[in-house]
Amino acid sequence: MKYAKLVLSFLLTIGIFYVLNTKLGAVPPIGKFLNPYAGIWQNEIDESITGEVSIPGLKDKVSVHYDAQLIPHVFAQNNHDLYKAQGYLTAKHRLWQLEFQTYASAGRLSEIIGEGALNYDRTERRRGMGYGADQAISYMEKHDPETLAFVQDYADGVNAYIDQLDPKDYPVEYKLLDYQPEKWTPKKTALLLMYMTKMLAGGDDDLEYTNVLRLFGKANFDLLFPDFFDINDPVIPNETDWSFIDVPQTELPESLALLDTIRETIVKPNPDNGSNNWAISGDKSATGHPILANDPHLGLNLPAIWFVMQLSTPNHNAFGATIPGALSVISGFNQHIAWGETNATRDVIDWYKVEFNDNRTKYKYDGKWKDLTIRIEDIKIKGKENYKDTVLYTHHGPVVYDKNFKSDLELAGYAMKWVGHEGGNNQKTFLELNKAKNYDDYVNALAYWNAPAQNFVFASTDGDIALWIQGKFPNKWEGQGKFLMDGSNPENDWQSYIPQEFNAKVKNPKRGFVSSANQHPVDENYPFYVFNDGYETYRNRVINDFFTSKEKFNVEDFKNLHNNNYNLKAAELVPYMLEHMSTTGLNNKELDILSEIKSWQFNNDIDEVGPSIWRQWYGKLYNMVWDEFDLEDTALTPPYTYQTIYLLKNNGNHELMDIVETDKVETASDLFLLAFKKAAERLLEIKEEQGDYKWANYKGTYAGHLLQALPAFSRFDIPIGGDRNIVNATSENHGPSWRMIVEMTSPPTALGIYPGGQSGNPGSKYYDNFIDDWAAGKYHSLNFLQSDEATDVIIGTQTLIPAK
Amino acid sequence: MNNKILNFIATLVLAIVLSFFLPWWSVMTAALTTALFIPLKKAAVFLVPFLAILLFWAIYSFILSNGNDFTLAKRIAQLLPLGGNPYVLILVTGVVGGLAAGIAATFGKQLSLAFKN
Repeated sequence: MKYAKLVLSFLLTIGIFYVLNTKLGAVPPIGKFLNPYAGIWQNEIDESITGEVSIPGLKDKVSVHYDAQLIPHVFAQNNHDLYKAQGYLTAKHRLWQLEFQTYASAGRLSEIIGEGALNYDRTERRRGMGYGADQAISYMEKHDPETLAFVQDYADGVNAYIDQLDPKDYPVEYKLLDYQPEKWTPKKTALLLMYMTKMLAGGDDDLEYTNVLRLFGKANFDLLFPDFFDINDPVIPNETDWSFIDVPQTELPESLALLDTIRETIVKPNPDNGSNNWAISGDKSATGHPILANDPHLGLNLPAIWFVMQLSTPNHNAFGATIPGALSVISGFNQHIAWGETNATRDVIDWYKVEFNDNRTKYKYDGKWKDLTIRIEDIKIKGKENYKDTVLYTHHGPVVYDKNFKSDLELAGYAMKWVGHEGGNNQKTFLELNKAKNYDDYVNALAYWNAPAQNFVFASTDGDIALWIQGKFPNKWEGQGKFLMDGSNPENDWQSYIPQEFNAKVKNPKRGFVSSANQHPVDENYPFYVFNDGYETYRNRVINDFFTSKEKFNVEDFKNLHNNNYNLKAAELVPYMLEHMSTTGLNNKELDILSEIKSWQFNNDIDEVGPSIWRQWYGKLYNMVWDEFDLEDTALTPPYTYQTIYLLKNNGNHELMDIVETDKVETASDLFLLAFKKAAERLLEIKEEQGDYKWANYKGTYAGHLLQALPAFSRFDIPIGGDRNIVNATSENHGPSWRMIVEMTSPPTALGIYPGGQSGNPGSKYYDNFIDDWAAGKYHSLNFLQSDEATDVIIGTQTLIPAK
Repeated sequence: MNNKILNFIATLVLAIVLSFFLPWWSVMTAALTTALFIPLKKAAVFLVPFLAILLFWAIYSFILSNGNDFTLAKRIAQLLPLGGNPYVLILVTGVVGGLAAGIAATFGKQLSLAFKN
């Protein structure tokens, strides 16, 4: 008994040590986490924006001037130092996000989060994200060591920052999840570019369409999913002369879709990922200078996807939005040109059914057996044994679906052909754009760009405006890749690519402006097959109508257009519904709602109730119309909004309008009433719960922290109008992630803002300080410094000096 | 000076010095060491180092956070969750450190008794 107290106190000591030193479920290791000399209290710091920092490998001094928005204005003496500094500064302000995004891209989240992320990780690996990054690196090794050297400089810069960190300096997320940053490598930059490619060109519905075709037949499919909608206001204006194209479209082989039943498909990127951009010529501009605007629509996250920087050397001087992990400015301007991107949304993913031999080492192709290659994906899982997933590769690409993943096929699988796997030199495009001086430089820079296909808008101080739809596009036969194809038939392979010079483009058009908003790239006369991959049909028309509404435009007009809340979609259906719906059976409360929407002018402003009624009404209606598509164990995609509204107005008696569940045969006008009543019911509930259903409140826009929108690090109830398919495309958690307006004075004058802040540290006042101004439709002047001198807009200068 | 005050000061100083070299559990090491060399009795064995470290962690946290308008503390106090109140988070921080120190000191006391026998 003598030692009982000793043993007991010893056990208690060990116990408290264990509990405070270990991450238990979602609870961080509390002792590590809360102690003031290494825990989160060390993250309660102001930004360091003065003094000197020595960085190994720098050739010369680099000045970093910070303005009041915490935008670093970098003045380096050469490109190597410049990209080293970019890596260093990006890590300094955004380290956790920088690394986390590449973990997400590579399918490595289980390492950080644990088993809950395993399914996600397997999906990303089967999608071939790591494989694609490897291809990009080996392409650069072979064809462009210069670019690879800059990518290595960036990596060195990131690592210079990581190396000087003490565990106490780690961003708070590392402390929360109890792990450490690892070394940055060029492959991580390639992974980041893959992440962008997936986000913007990683979606397709081929397998869902295969199910639709099988269940509803070809006539219905063509009606529901036409290649062109009845209206088309394409990126490249209608009636462009394409006669200079002398390469024909691939000839149509005798090929049939394979009508397999597909149970489920992998998670796709948000279909709202899109953007607006436009530019007006000097003639159309009130000041005589071209003006350009860009606003990429992406998930609203904290830390924000963009990090704004000025990056200059004695030879070039670029400014704009960068993406942590990629080199140079992505959407911005320099002294001579401005550029910005919207997603070109082209079908660059196709699916092939492949048959295996008995031991799954070969697959059938052209009547012979061809070898499969194997890529073993070794997935580390926090606190568990590794999970090994064997992915088979064909010449098409990875077999994403097989008996080990979302499929029951014993000796067959679905292989993915994706331009994202092709390797390429996307980074080079941005390096060149940052230096470009005129239209020719811009065109040369674009030639390196493979994917994701983008509409690159351009304006120069020379007075040119242009827009190229750039990407590597397969020259497909009519209809190729709409549905699952037989992977053993060589005719189904992509036969060739559209020669880059024949990509659709427009320079200095007569109408005096260029614009794109993810709509159809071309009219029906473009000589290559372009499948309707979910093209926008509303924002583009509002934008183009705006620019034909008067003679001259100025920056103020551009701001108004960015913040334009006009809901064209509702304007095209609500009056029709009101006209064709019988209102005799409505009760008083329903009639009140009816009169509310009747008086709505179709603006999605924050204090309106119309947008909420419309959202409810159309949402219920859409589900009723396409109830046939809601099947268990069958992957299906219902038709797009534009075609749905078209059918409601023009084919109201179509058999698919019927609600299957009921005995009655419903038509469109029956659905209007049924949907309205259901919507009213829900709206009244919302009113009961929350007091009102005004748009700002109903929508509840938020910017969620990258870790599953951790509430403590997120911003909720941001008062902003708009919605998807509206020029101000702000929906709940998605919207204009960077708004930029550049007037091509010499040097250019620019405005920019994004929903976030320059710091990735939730403990910094710069973490989310742009959000309120962004929501209010305000902009910040981008202080374009012309020389390495701290002007009065600069609040601090830090000098990076070569380490001895 | 009586042993309580001496122990209090020694624990505090040692904890601060060790914090430069060791992770968070330096407070346990400090409290254990002082318990070995500056003996206390009864509840004071636990309470004196508990208070010393509570004070250390709470005051240091307060100083760091106060200089930054409690920006992060407010968020962490929402995360944990402590109603978003940074002062509660500071108190919790102090108590966590204090507890670890106090328990380690209790063990130190028992060790010193075992050696004496």
